[in-house]
Parts: sequence; structure tokens; C-alpha cells
Amino acid sequence: MKPRRMLLAAACIALILPFAAPAQDETEKGLEKYRQMLKEDPWSNPGFLDADRGETLWMTPRGPKNVSLEACDLGKGPGRVDGAFAELPRYFADADRVMDVETRVLWCMATLQGFSREQLTTKPHPAGGQPVKEIGAIATFIASKSNGLAFAAPLGPKEKEMAALGEALFVRRSGPFDFACATCHAEEGRRIRLQGLPVLAQPEAARKVVGEWPGYRVSASHVMTMQHRLYDCYWQMRMPELEFGSEASVALVAYLVKQAQGGPISAPGLKR
Amino acid sequence: MRSTLVSLAAFALLAALPAWAQTSTISPDRIDAVIKSAFPNAPEDFKSRLLPDATMKDCTAHANNPPPAIAEAIQKSEAATIQYPPDGKFLGDWRKGEALAQSGYGLRFSDYPPTRANGGNCYACHQLTRQELSYGTVGPSLLEYGKLRDFKAEDAKTVYEKIYDPHVALACSLMPRFGSNKVLTIDQIKDIVALLMSPDSPVNK
Repeated sequence: MKPRRMLLAAACIALILPFAAPAQDETEKGLEKYRQMLKEDPWSNPGFLDADRGETLWMTPRGPKNVSLEACDLGKGPGRVDGAFAELPRYFADADRVMDVETRVLWCMATLQGFSREQLTTKPHPAGGQPVKEIGAIATFIASKSNGLAFAAPLGPKEKEMAALGEALFVRRSGPFDFACATCHAEEGRRIRLQGLPVLAQPEAARKVVGEWPGYRVSASHVMTMQHRLYDCYWQMRMPELEFGSEASVALVAYLVKQAQGGPISAPGLKR
Repeated sequence: MRSTLVSLAAFALLAALPAWAQTSTISPDRIDAVIKSAFPNAPEDFKSRLLPDATMKDCTAHANNPPPAIAEAIQKSEAATIQYPPDGKFLGDWRKGEALAQSGYGLRFSDYPPTRANGGNCYACHQLTRQELSYGTVGPSLLEYGKLRDFKAEDAKTVYEKIYDPHVALACSLMPRFGSNKVLTIDQIKDIVALLMSPDSPVNK
């Protein structure tokens, strides 16, 4: 357990201890109260600072080619950000790939602005306490511009195949712990320690949580993107480091978004 | 009786799950290729983690609910991987077992080079003692595990086998194969057996 998580767990236990039995129900209530307190004042969410930083990065001419990202096509035409996130991941003919928001921003930064793809994908995620990297800030900005909309990713043959691939990866067991994503995220009412686990295999549960990413993670003091979240899952599963923007990572995002289809987007969310 | 009930409940739950993998249209070769390119910087000794062994292939293919013939074959082949304590004793030191149950250290890519022994992280998924409130519910509660079994010697052997390789008792169990996958040593498993089966362990108080 990381020190911050221990602190958080200790804080939760302190919240819970004064309550009577049955302990498990009271535990859940205590945790729910904590989550509500986090959500009560959405503008206190520090993730909005990163959304603003992302907007500046999007509009400023940068990189070896000194251009802004306003020529970047997120699927609704060059420079059109409003509502674009709600229709991702999608197939892009120019890259001949299905891409999620982060993979698309990476592609635009490399192709339009001339940044080195290798540099952008080396250490792509922030350590605890460090701000989210540039791609993550831009992705947070883009996601926030779909707030209030529902996930409506296109489901053409390429996108469908990607979601099916993601589903196959979701249930695939390997590694020294024999874990799949489904080990923890396929049954209701399950917790790891005190942390409740979203049942991502069920659309009604997926709709509630997928739209909160990218989200500000209180325990790590930074915005965590969906690519980062998946990287962290594989870390827990004792697998190697998930490559940023890899086909597997996009496939898992495509599967999660398909599960959450119709669910609301409220990014950046506020997470434990 | 209680363990039979738990097993029955586990089977019922598993049977209720959709058989995702069986309906998958993605070829196994494509999945393996995608996994390989997802982890391009995997260290050499991590490469074996990318591919499932025969048991995990079967479990994934049957959504962890294998038909009886396959379940039997898994139980048999996994039983053959169990190494028993050379001294024939199954109970170690429950205090060390409690520390192992608390520790989730080990085998993450950030855990190299290792600075301490791997943990069992039992509390991540199981309730064990009344004192520890921060426990998970992916696995069943193990509170009073030994007491409920009258501390019988054969149950100490059974629980050793369950920790070493849970697929012998329940094919396609969700629990890691702590012994067969070399997560924990024989002595560490004995310490956890003691945590569950010792009359003076906090599990049984």
C-alpha cells in the first residue's frame, strides 16, 4: 500500500470506527459520505486547472513545426472540439486506426506539430503529486468539452472489432496472479480492501463511472487519464508496463465506452 | 458443510455469468499479437507473463465455468504441481502469516529489484480477523476458519493446497496460484496456514 493510500484508508477507518455493527454496511456508508463530500463542490476539483492548461496547449503554436492543434481532426472536422470526446474512440482514415482521445492527440502532436512520438510515449504518465503530462491535459480539455453529453461512439465494423478485442482482453487471464480485468470487475458488491469495484462488465454500472475519466485522483493529487488508469490496472495485475496508445489500450477503452454507451460524460471527474 | 455451501454459491455465481469468451469473434492469434505489442518494453523474465498457460487458456475460454471433464483435467494437472513441506508440517508462525496477509508487495514492475519478500495480500480480497476492518470481499470471509473446522489436521493440509493452487479444489477459481506460480515460498504458505488454522491466531478469536 502506498503511503497516501494508507493515509486515506486510515482516514476512512477513522470515519467508520464510531459507527455500530454491522460493520460492512457502515463501512460502505462511511465511504459513500466521503465520496459525496468530494462531489459537493465540483468547482473545487483541481482537474479543471489541467483542462485550462490543456486548452492553452491546444491553441498555442508549438513543436518543431510551430503550429497549434487547431488543425487536429478529432472526428468532427479540424479544430472542432465541442462534443468530439463523446464520439470517441473512432476509426480515423488518415491514420488507418481506431483511436481514443489520447492516442489521437498523440497522433496530432507527432504529425501536425512534429513532436517526437518516442519522447511523448516515454514516461507518458505522471508520478504521484506531479501534474498530468501535456497529452493528458489536452485530453482533459477535450473531454470537458463533452460534459453533459452521453457517450455515442460510432459502432462501424472497425470500431466494433476494436470493442470486441477489448472485451477479449478484459476476460483474458495471465501473469503470475492469473488475473483478468474481469477478476475484479465482473461481479456486484465486490471490494478490494475498502475500495468498491465498478462492475464494468455491466452497462448500467459502466455508465456511472466511465464518463468520470479523465478524473482528478485525490490520493495521487493529479489528473489521471483513462490510458493511465489502464496502465495502473496492469501494474496491479503484475503485468509489464502498458504501452501508451497501444492497440490493446485503445481496445480496452473502446470496450469500456461501448459498455458505457448512453452514459453521461462529466470530466474531469473527482476520484478517490 | 460451510465450505460446500461456499463452493456451491461460487458455482452458482459463475454459472450466472455471461460466457463472454465463447462468443468472442477475435482469433487467439490476434489477441496474442496485440498483447505482445502492448508491452514492448517487458523485461525478458516478464515475457512468460504475457501468455496464459494451458489452465488459464481453458478458464478464459469457458468464462471460468469449465464443463466437468475440463474441470477434472484442470484439477488433476494442477494437483501435480503442488510441492509439500519437506518436514510434513503444515502450520508455520501465524504472526508471520498475518504480516504476509497484510502485505501486497511484490512482482509489480515497480517492485524490481525486490527490496523485501513478496506478500500474500490476503486482506485485499478476504476478511480474516475482527481487528482488520480494511478487507476486501472478492473472496469469501475466512473469519474463524480453523475454529469452524475444529482445527482438524486434514483441513490444514487442504488449506495449504488451496493457497498453493486453488484450482485443485475449484477449477478456474479466481484466486492466484501462490505456490505453483512461485509468488510465495513453502514456508510463507505454512505461515498463512497457521494464521487460518492455529487456535491462538486472531482469525479464530
